[in-house]
Amino acid sequence: MIATLAPLQSLVLVLAALGAPAVVLTRDPLRMIFVNGLYGLVLVVLFVVFGAPDVALSMLVVTTVAYPLVILIAVARVRDRE
Amino acid sequence: MSFLPYAIAAWICLVGLYGIVTSRNLIHLAVCLTVTQSSTYLLLLSIGYVRGGGPPIFAGVALGTTAVDPVVQALTLTDIVVSVTVIALILALALDVHHTSGTIDPDEMGELSG
Amino acid sequence: MTRRARIGVFLAAGAALGALLLWAYAGLPGFGHYRGPYGFVLNRIATPERHVTNVVNATTYDIRGFDTLGEEYILFAAVVGVVLLLRGRSGHRDAGDRVHSDLVRAGGTIMVGGVALVGLWLVAFGFVTPGGGFQGGVVVAAGLLLLYLAVGYRAWSAAGDERHLDPLEAIGAGGYVVVGLVALAIGLPFLKNMLGGGDSGTIWSGGSASFVNWAAAIEVAAANLVLYSEFLKQYIVPIARRRG
Repeated sequence: MIATLAPLQSLVLVLAALGAPAVVLTRDPLRMIFVNGLYGLVLVVLFVVFGAPDVALSMLVVTTVAYPLVILIAVARVRDRE
Repeated sequence: MSFLPYAIAAWICLVGLYGIVTSRNLIHLAVCLTVTQSSTYLLLLSIGYVRGGGPPIFAGVALGTTAVDPVVQALTLTDIVVSVTVIALILALALDVHHTSGTIDPDEMGELSG
Repeated sequence: MTRRARIGVFLAAGAALGALLLWAYAGLPGFGHYRGPYGFVLNRIATPERHVTNVVNATTYDIRGFDTLGEEYILFAAVVGVVLLLRGRSGHRDAGDRVHSDLVRAGGTIMVGGVALVGLWLVAFGFVTPGGGFQGGVVVAAGLLLLYLAVGYRAWSAAGDERHLDPLEAIGAGGYVVVGLVALAIGLPFLKNMLGGGDSGTIWSGGSASFVNWAAAIEVAAANLVLYSEFLKQYIVPIARRRG
């Protein structure tokens, strides 16, 4: 079980390492919400393969609902005034 | 390979900081801050990981089964939920800045005045 | 400072910080070689001593309950900050936007109950399986947010009404402290687990930490609903102005 998990852990770690710059280099906030959501889901999988389902659950609800909502509204509010 | 998770935690931390330094938009900057923050989750869970360990949950699992450290998980899961309210506070401040100075580009704001 | 100079300074500082971090992490035990002892001790004692099978939540709400109290108040303070900044800035006006598809309205309304129920289930069984007050609270709030997405702003504004959310948030934040004070009042340390453990593996496990768990759930759910409410008002009102 240990030996089979390790490659999966490495794979998800590499995805996280690529996901972070993808978020940061997306300069348009609206696109960034989407990329950040994908990065969040990679972290959810990472927490699961690290034996932390509680943390994964926490990240899952936050990254799919709460982050997008507050960022989306901030973007909408700023665009509205411009 | 046992150093890889730590190296990636350091990488994600620096990537987020790069985003903060070069950001031209306070909303973008706030998200970069959460990226930096996510490096601490990875670091903490990596420190607490036990080779071959399952989740520290013993519902239907015999006591004494190898499991990972629950303390770092307790720290991480509460922080993730708290981070939402913190990013909301930062965004509210960004909206406030936008209201007073008409821009959310840190470079265009000019000198801060009290 | 020009942009180029700033990036130059960052590259130098970032390289130094990166080297420092890598040097520090190199001194840690290798990945997978956790040395303990706290994790090992907790995994051993939490179930026999506290009658809790989810050791993460035994740690969060019982053994490190005082630390979580601090976390909860960071959350509370941040939400108060958001409310201070945003509330009252825009006059509350009904945007009148609502979803017209009957299918979406009916399906969405059913999902509101379903998602909220999942959230409550996560809270209730937090000491047995993955879940607990923090995650469950966010799920409950997300379920109620579906009222806006599936039905319309008017339906949401009944759930997101600050007149009952503000007291609810205070009850969650205050209730946590009250559980700790009850322990003090009967001569035990602050937040010491009382009432025995209950039957481990059932909804009746965790002793008085289950009250802490529910207080955290109320606090987190109400705090998230306050956030959504304040942010949605920022969004709804400008749209209403644009149309009007």
